[in-house]
Amino acid sequence: MSDELIPAASKTRKPGSVKVLVWDLDDTLWDGTLLEGDAVAVRPGVTEVLAALDRRGILHSIASKNDAASALEKLTELGLEPYFLYPQIGWSAKSAGIKAIAEAINIGLDAVAFIDDQPFERAEVASALPDVLVLEPAELPGLLDRPELSPRFLTDESAIRRQMYRADIDRKQAEETFEGPTEEFLASLEMRFVLSVAQEEDLQRAEELTVRTNQLNSTGLTFSYEELDRLRQSPDHLLLVASLEDRFGTYGKIGLALVELGEARWRLRLLLMSCRVMSRGVGSVVLSFLLSQAKERGKRFVADFRDTGRNRLMKVAYRFAGFREVKAGDVNDSAEAVLLEHDLVRVPPIPAYVDCRLPEVPFDTHPPIP
Amino acid sequence: MDGAKEKINAQEKVKHFLSRFFRNDDLKDDDDIFALGFVNSLLAMQLVSFVEKEFAISIEDEDLDLDNFRTIASIGRLVAKKKHAVAAS
Repeated sequence: MSDELIPAASKTRKPGSVKVLVWDLDDTLWDGTLLEGDAVAVRPGVTEVLAALDRRGILHSIASKNDAASALEKLTELGLEPYFLYPQIGWSAKSAGIKAIAEAINIGLDAVAFIDDQPFERAEVASALPDVLVLEPAELPGLLDRPELSPRFLTDESAIRRQMYRADIDRKQAEETFEGPTEEFLASLEMRFVLSVAQEEDLQRAEELTVRTNQLNSTGLTFSYEELDRLRQSPDHLLLVASLEDRFGTYGKIGLALVELGEARWRLRLLLMSCRVMSRGVGSVVLSFLLSQAKERGKRFVADFRDTGRNRLMKVAYRFAGFREVKAGDVNDSAEAVLLEHDLVRVPPIPAYVDCRLPEVPFDTHPPIP
Repeated sequence: MDGAKEKINAQEKVKHFLSRFFRNDDLKDDDDIFALGFVNSLLAMQLVSFVEKEFAISIEDEDLDLDNFRTIASIGRLVAKKKHAVAAS
């Protein structure tokens, strides 16, 4: 690929940074031009690349200048249609299509790669969206070895990421077309929420959640795999992982709570929930559970909050759950940090529309430090 | 607008806003909307943002009390109070 097409930014991208690969169709995904009546055939190696990246949790999409109906029909006939999320097939600039895909999937443009045989299209995208990694079909054979397309970890979530996104598309469509108030829509989802004590295999996803969750995040502090592993095994800490599924499929592991179990009081050091479940009311399930457990055992209950400029939502959630500010906190001694306390007089109820499986936590018999 | 009118006016607007989320028929001015168990974090935030934007007031940390938002009537009282404070300053 000629150097002038690669903007400086893309030369320093991190390994595993690409989360979606956007394909051109004619003479890229398949040989031939569909609208000219060619009997198009998938280019050698393409099917393998699609399947391998899919297993790595990298998503596929399309930016093609074509007739949308015939292109989708052809993809279905080839058995490849299920791979592609939010295909952008039409006559607008490909940079516009790529922007729409990134917005729909909710990722940054630096997490997007684009492959096209036409130098004009590559140049248009490289110039309008300099953060996008631009590729040409000649690079297909070595594509799977590129570090940008090789994530550091493969988690359970990687292999099902595409299904999770497809379920989300169906879910959003159901929400948009649902006639009636939100409460009835929530009930119609038949949600099943599971809260469990974090195991070793949860830690990679847990680390990722602390890095990627901004809005429903009580402190914005990030934790490394090693720190989380230490906290998980610490007798005076409890690390909980939340997952959610509904009739459309699984959302995966979507939340994390870290509680410091003091003699007289429990302290919620971190509570976060993925923005994908923001309107599902499951954050309050975690709070209700912890508050009622603390109340039962006669403990006081406090929570850290640190204003990150993006998490006012969490402040509102804490305050409305009945927490009050008790003092400027000491979350890393930062000026934005506060400590909130719940008096446990009125513990908010668990919403009736979620089927909850809550952990049997041996809060009292936590083994002492040897 | 005087305080009482301000409150009635705010109650109507809040009721209309909430009707998108609740079955409106049985939502009274004094119903505890949080006790119904359907106020999730997003709706709570939407409610706070709606009140700030619709009535051009700023909800400070000390206003973020559940008792200020628990019912349509209490939101009306909060708005009237904040409006009055703005007018007086």
